[in-house]
Amino acid sequence: MKKQKATLLLADGTMFKGSLIGSAGTNGGEICFNTGMTGYQEIYTDPSYTGQIIVTTTSHIGNYGVIDSEVESDHPTIAGIVVNSFSEIYSRLDASGSLQEYLDKYKITGIADIDTRKLVRHIRAKGAMNAIISSEYEDDLAGLKAQLNLVPDMNGLELSSQVCTKEPFYYGSEDASIKVACLDFGIKLNILRNLADRGVYCKVFPAKTKLEELQSWNPDGYFLSNGPGDPAVMEYAVETTKEILETGKPVFGICLGHQILAEACGISTYKMHHGHRGLNHPIKNILTGKSEITSQNHGFVVKREDVEKSDTVEMTHVHLNDNTVAGIKLKNKPAFSVQYHPESSPGPHDSRYLFDDFVSLMK
Amino acid sequence: MPKDSSIKHVLLIGSGPIVIGQACEFDYSGSQASRSLREEGIKVTLINSNPATIMTDPVTADNVYLLPLEKKSIIKILQDHPDIDCVLPTMGGQTALNLAIDCDRAGIWKKFGVRMIGVDIEAIDTAENREKFKALMEEIGVGVCKGDTATSFLQGKEIAQEIGFPLIIRASYTLGGAGGAFVEKAEDFEKALSAGLQASPVHEVLIEQSILGWKEYELEVMRDNIGNMIVICSIENFDPMGVHTGDSITVAPALTLPDTVYQRMRNYAITMMNSIGNFAGGCNVQFAVSPDNTEIIGIEINPRVSRSSALASKATGYPIAKVAAKLAIGYNLDELTNSITGSTSAFFEPSIDYVIVKIPRWNFDKFKGSDKKLGLSMKAVGEVMGIGRNFQEALQKACQSLEIKRNGLGADGKELKDQDQILYSLANPSWDRLFHVYDAFKLGISFRTIHDLTKIDKWFLKQIEELIYIEAEIEKYELEDIPRELMELAKRKGYADRQIAHLLGCLESEVFDKRYQEMGIKRVYKLVDTCAAEFEAQTPYYYSTFGEENEAIPSDKKKIVVLGSGPNRVGQGIEFDYSCVHGVLAAKECGYETIMINCNPETVSTDPDISDRLYFEPVFWEHIYEIILSEKPVGVIVQLGGQTALKLAEKMDKYGINIIGTSYEALDLAEDRGRFSTLLKENEVPYPEFGTIHNTDEALELCKTIGFPLLVRPSYVLGGQGMKIVINEKELEEHVVNVLRDIPNNEILLDHFLEGAIEAEADAICDGENVYIIGIMQHIEPAGIHSGDSYAVLPPYNLGDYVMRQIETYTKKIALALRTVGLINIQFAIKNDKVYVIEANPRASRTVPFICKAYQEPYVNYATKVMLGENKVTDFEFNPVKKGYAIKEPVFSFHKFPNVNKELGPEMKSTGEAIYFIEDLMDDYFLKIYSERNLYLSR
Repeated sequence: MKKQKATLLLADGTMFKGSLIGSAGTNGGEICFNTGMTGYQEIYTDPSYTGQIIVTTTSHIGNYGVIDSEVESDHPTIAGIVVNSFSEIYSRLDASGSLQEYLDKYKITGIADIDTRKLVRHIRAKGAMNAIISSEYEDDLAGLKAQLNLVPDMNGLELSSQVCTKEPFYYGSEDASIKVACLDFGIKLNILRNLADRGVYCKVFPAKTKLEELQSWNPDGYFLSNGPGDPAVMEYAVETTKEILETGKPVFGICLGHQILAEACGISTYKMHHGHRGLNHPIKNILTGKSEITSQNHGFVVKREDVEKSDTVEMTHVHLNDNTVAGIKLKNKPAFSVQYHPESSPGPHDSRYLFDDFVSLMK
Repeated sequence: MPKDSSIKHVLLIGSGPIVIGQACEFDYSGSQASRSLREEGIKVTLINSNPATIMTDPVTADNVYLLPLEKKSIIKILQDHPDIDCVLPTMGGQTALNLAIDCDRAGIWKKFGVRMIGVDIEAIDTAENREKFKALMEEIGVGVCKGDTATSFLQGKEIAQEIGFPLIIRASYTLGGAGGAFVEKAEDFEKALSAGLQASPVHEVLIEQSILGWKEYELEVMRDNIGNMIVICSIENFDPMGVHTGDSITVAPALTLPDTVYQRMRNYAITMMNSIGNFAGGCNVQFAVSPDNTEIIGIEINPRVSRSSALASKATGYPIAKVAAKLAIGYNLDELTNSITGSTSAFFEPSIDYVIVKIPRWNFDKFKGSDKKLGLSMKAVGEVMGIGRNFQEALQKACQSLEIKRNGLGADGKELKDQDQILYSLANPSWDRLFHVYDAFKLGISFRTIHDLTKIDKWFLKQIEELIYIEAEIEKYELEDIPRELMELAKRKGYADRQIAHLLGCLESEVFDKRYQEMGIKRVYKLVDTCAAEFEAQTPYYYSTFGEENEAIPSDKKKIVVLGSGPNRVGQGIEFDYSCVHGVLAAKECGYETIMINCNPETVSTDPDISDRLYFEPVFWEHIYEIILSEKPVGVIVQLGGQTALKLAEKMDKYGINIIGTSYEALDLAEDRGRFSTLLKENEVPYPEFGTIHNTDEALELCKTIGFPLLVRPSYVLGGQGMKIVINEKELEEHVVNVLRDIPNNEILLDHFLEGAIEAEADAICDGENVYIIGIMQHIEPAGIHSGDSYAVLPPYNLGDYVMRQIETYTKKIALALRTVGLINIQFAIKNDKVYVIEANPRASRTVPFICKAYQEPYVNYATKVMLGENKVTDFEFNPVKKGYAIKEPVFSFHKFPNVNKELGPEMKSTGEAIYFIEDLMDDYFLKIYSERNLYLSR
């Protein structure tokens, strides 16, 4: 019953003492919270969370263990997890193992049994900031602070080239009639599953791949993936996207890919106070008038005034809570993108029609 | 689409008297809907025959009709108000829906040009008609149980032969699953089949494959006119398939489902809703999931607000009924604001960062001879909800809310130790199975056996098993040396100080002092905000937990706490919630900040719109005391929340907490029969001869002086529990033994029973100096039937002036002698024109709402102002509307307990009441009940 202790220290000096979960050690990153009530394994393996410490607001984590098939990348790249109540035991019959074993295997350090609601309210008030979780510096605050100072600032940080695939790989059936070149900035597997399910053969390229190489595969369309980091410092991707748009082929972007498409059209992005992370975000499709519940995970967003001023881009989706831009399309090119995650996983499947839209552009 | 501006005047149908399967959740939804429509400038006319509801208050609607829920009444209303253009039938449960369908079939809506909003008949029919439902599910690719509908006995047998056993029978168009049955063996089938066919008003049953033991879930969904859909709450049943969801312990959010399975279920719910018709409003969809998560079966869909939507509203903070009403008049979800945050969209899915556990409250003790096994037909009379930061805390808090003389789950020395009994109970769920799961672990029965017998998800079972380990750890210590960490762990897991005291072998107060004063382990309060703290919230809806940050920072205003009445049960129902709500509103009018404490999710009092602060907490000493320590109110109102609130008065008095209105001393005096009789004697008020006894020897001695028949009455009980009339020594002895077995150390009263006497009761308001009698009611049945089960006529129909004068004089004398400040109810027996006082209760009674409605005056409001010292009784101008007579009609739920004897006696059995107005005593309705007044008298 005795649990090992752990400490969570935020950059502004706020400290929480709780119990260690996962693997013993010290790890830092930008702290953010996710309000989803299901799908912790998908969240932890989502590459967009690279370098982040994730606070899950839901009261219990670990209840249904982990399963090999429900991952969004081959291993988690997160910087740590914070949970209210952690369950080492699980009841899922087909589970591959416990979450504790999983975290341990990938050396993820986490903290449990703290007042996560207090922490979330703090982040809500003070904004995103760096933090560190440790099971090692219990009585050495100065030492922990020194470690925290080594954690890089997310603003201006380029991470996509680190988390993306090193070599191109294929996904889906070779016999498929449609071929899509995917630029991997930290792609979630479920995006590929959704494309493959719709008869698309995907080739996934590293983030810094040039247009010539993409074109040499002769794709019917291009996909700009989600991923971690600040879009403002990804000039290489913005440049490639500009060139892709010149080809006139259909383009679809999700999350970071959406921000990059916007940047390629001269629309700027900025860092939000504490971002949108959860499975319950309300989005209205301005074109159809219908609304959808979406899965979101982003700390940066495209600037609405820029979209409104733009001659080439129009807003297609809006976030109903704060009226931020949730989707855009180009006025005279077959290119569109959304800030949220239509592939969800975890989250509602309301927005899967966007994949159909993309595929029909290529037919 | 914005609001449909053609809608000017809406008829809202209520759910009628409280019966099992349909309780005060529809008062909550009805009153919310009415407020929501009136906010939009729409006139609301309301019909409900239940007087004890907030929805039938003049403040709720423009016109209120307290009429029976039948076609005749609807026609009358539509004739009175030809400008009614729409009817909203989705807020009043199955009763309202059925009435709306009846009216539709009879062409009433068409004749009066009334449009049905919020639902279409087609959708109701598809949802209710099992065969249509199944065909549709198959069409849209949602799994359903194998089975078919039968409208005849022969057809039923053929179907059974085809699908085999075990199977389930469900009767069409019935309330709370009435007429449903599980049939395990062929030999039990025929009986169950004919019972099902008989229970169905259309003589139709569905016979289905049994999916006993599968996991059971409910999704509460909202849909608008253009098909936008959101899931408000996922609810997981702790008790797997086989126990009616109203009888199941339920948990939110769903805790054992991976996202992949949950999203499949969500997709099915959306497809199902879209397929049944085009309607806007709330909807409940139920699923069964195979234990390996591979198969999902759609069980049913209810296109209306329900008990579960009331629970989902309280569980998430999302006001389903309020929003459903807006959708019914044309709004789309994206056009509405989430009223909890005040800034974000109503189109979103609430995220919660706590766990709620709902536990039903049963009253099998009131239905002697009933089948206590839980199954397809709902048997619970009420429910409680516990909110905690983890499952165990929520579970313990729910157990502490039940008021079944337990201090939570376990650690109270009351566990069952008989292995056979435990094993039987695990396999045959009844009201106490949860406790027996705990007992089984404690006794050392293997995890596997417990799981095999109950099929409860292993994650839940592990949570209970863990409690046993924690207790074992605590038991190693004493109060002096228990480590702070362990104490904190126990509190975080929801253990009450009393439970910890039991484990440490000390007093509750010692545990409290140790942890609160010495260790500083205090409750903090967190907000129910629909959004897991993502946004700031405006609604002051709190629950307690043990954490670092308290969000309920007390204001420095003068405050009043109103204690609620806990779960509904026989003897204490919606009437007390009615009084609590009015107490809160009156205290607000007097400039107080009002604080409501209650744990019943079905009620209006736990609607966070009512009080300035709602603490959704057990009405249990420890929780109340900590709120009082944190908020420092001027005082606490205990006389509105029934016996639940009243019985906490003693401890409050002891702890120096100010009780508003009648003092604890007076409350106690009225309960203490000996001292009370002395008081009556001093005031020259007659009462039946009586004495008190503590054992059978004393009883046999005393009966000689008082003489038979005798009324045996335990003290401090609810709704006449354990009361019985005995006519000889043998019966007396037998009953005294029974009472002392059920309620040890009780002081039992033996009253001489005035055979054939007439009963009457009076309610009054007293400020300590002046008394105003708000109403005197005469019962139709002779003495011997509990007042709650009697028809009561207001004003009396055949008491002479001489008798009335005695009643008035005695009421005033007693109210003053008890130094009542607030409400008082006095019961009388009248024999040979002489009036005897049977008992006095210085608190809001069951009949107060009835009198308020009959005379159309806000008596609870007045009484509260008197309690608070804001007004004297003489300040009010009383103008009761006295026209004809009002009859209070008791309503029973005996159809749920086919084996129970319907005879009535001194122990209350009714679950609800209706009001019926008559012009004069020649009325057929009155003559009929008057002529039948002796029919059900047990003795």
